[in-house]
Amino acid sequence: MDILSLLLSPEIFLIWTSLAKTLGLLSVILGFVSVSVYAERKVSAFIQDRVGPNRVGIPLTKIRILGLGQMIADPFKLILKENFIPNSVNKFYYYIAPKLAMIPPILVLAVLPFGSELFGVPMVIADINIGVLYVFAVSSLGVYGIVLAGWASNSKYPFLGGIRSSSQMISYELALGLSVVPVFLVVGTLSLPEIVDWQVKNGWMVFPFWPQGFSIEAALHDPKIIIDSIVAGFSLQRILIWIPMVISFIIFLVAMFAETNRAPFDLPEAEQELVGGYHTEYSGMGFALFFLGEYAAMIAGSGVIVTLFLGGWSLPLIPDGSATSFLGLPFIPAWLAGALWGVVNIGVFFAKVSALLFFFIWVRWTVPRFRYDQLMKLGWYFFFELALVNIFITAFVLAFVKF
Amino acid sequence: MALVLKRPKLSLAEKLYLPALLGGLFLTIKHFVRTMTGANKVTMQYPEEKWDDQLPEWYRGAPTLVKDEWGRERCVSCQLCEFICPPRAITIKPEEIPLEDRWSKVEKRPKSFDIDMIRCIYCGLCEEVCPEQAIYLRKDYSITGLTRAEMVHDKEKLYELGGVMHGVVNKWNEKK
Repeated sequence: MDILSLLLSPEIFLIWTSLAKTLGLLSVILGFVSVSVYAERKVSAFIQDRVGPNRVGIPLTKIRILGLGQMIADPFKLILKENFIPNSVNKFYYYIAPKLAMIPPILVLAVLPFGSELFGVPMVIADINIGVLYVFAVSSLGVYGIVLAGWASNSKYPFLGGIRSSSQMISYELALGLSVVPVFLVVGTLSLPEIVDWQVKNGWMVFPFWPQGFSIEAALHDPKIIIDSIVAGFSLQRILIWIPMVISFIIFLVAMFAETNRAPFDLPEAEQELVGGYHTEYSGMGFALFFLGEYAAMIAGSGVIVTLFLGGWSLPLIPDGSATSFLGLPFIPAWLAGALWGVVNIGVFFAKVSALLFFFIWVRWTVPRFRYDQLMKLGWYFFFELALVNIFITAFVLAFVKF
Repeated sequence: MALVLKRPKLSLAEKLYLPALLGGLFLTIKHFVRTMTGANKVTMQYPEEKWDDQLPEWYRGAPTLVKDEWGRERCVSCQLCEFICPPRAITIKPEEIPLEDRWSKVEKRPKSFDIDMIRCIYCGLCEEVCPEQAIYLRKDYSITGLTRAEMVHDKEKLYELGGVMHGVVNKWNEKK
């Protein structure tokens, strides 16, 4: 049998494209992790009027390139360090805890649509129709890694960190889950690619004023179309639906901060009070996996926020991968135009994720840490109620407004 | 008697926490942008930028030996610096100057003069005590070495660091 026709038969095609997408996305995300560790240090330095890492460059030369070599030097150092196991730990749980902390955020990436399509292949690894439920189910498993690390370390500070983390993540999971219900009420589906499609047609969830039937070619021919359709976009029902969407965006964002253990909700780590929290007793690669897990959770969380509220891979005026012309240039064939726009869409998605990552870092170096009771009060007395009320507001609006 | 504390009454904006949050975010991004564009002063990047130009005249760096304008070693091996040195960093072995030497009138000179820079505390007592103005603290502050032996400055090294000093001590000048 011809090898090409074998590769193009539906089942085999699905398998190898999925494998390619998985490997590609995984390598991009791991690259993102080390870049975001570098960015964290650099941004924090700039915010505090310092210089930050600027020494490590190409080894054995004087070339420093803004200290970008730090991205490689950091993981290299952690790999070379001894993975020390203290005497009194529960060895089995101590061993598997870092893996459990790292796997869930990477699993979340499987359902995120990170691009429109490339050569007709949809840029999502697993297009399942309960995408968001899967995200919540998997990401809440991340607490196991932290709790097991805290308990297995047989030490008081990791134990306190693990306890804090479990209660915090469980309380904020409620607000997280309830805050996205209005989105599903509006869109009418749980599938993440379909939510993005809705946003392509109607504008981003936090700003649903984008008019329909609008392309860069049309805008190039007649700029008046832009103004006309923007005016048409601001209808009463869109403004009515906009208010609960913004509320649920804010709740979701804050709950995502708590869910990924980022400041101001980084109580499980709390360097100043708990030494290092749940990873105090870890060294070498064990510690590196926790680190990787935290940043991967940040990236996956940003991806979910972008997909649900910030339009996913879509950007106004930018067509998706099924487009047949590239800015109306005649020398670019149709298949290449589609591929180019597909690449642009992937770039847009990761640009949005990077912007959110910067926001995560920015907030960390701005807001002081919450006290534990304030954290719980905020979660249970405020966000939980607000999310519930928000569902009713959305349902009420949708009952009277055709959208 | 119980003391009644007056709690401040918070306005709605303060209770909502959001204006303060936005203010803080604005402040940090201002610092971020200012540092990024180079408008903020940051610490001196040491090995590339040095503060040598700002060193005062009386700066106490590494102790060195100096020669006078006729190339004579000023040190006459009186060993006062060796005795006053608080950490005992200085070791001097004196020797007699042979009769045929131009400076035989001086009679004594150091055979070896070692300063252990691991011990030296840069106090400057050697400079103060020297009757011949032969030992000076110069401006070298970054004395490094890979071994302990490397950190002991011998006579050649000390004269190399010290150089020539035109001074007021003229009593050994044969013309006077």
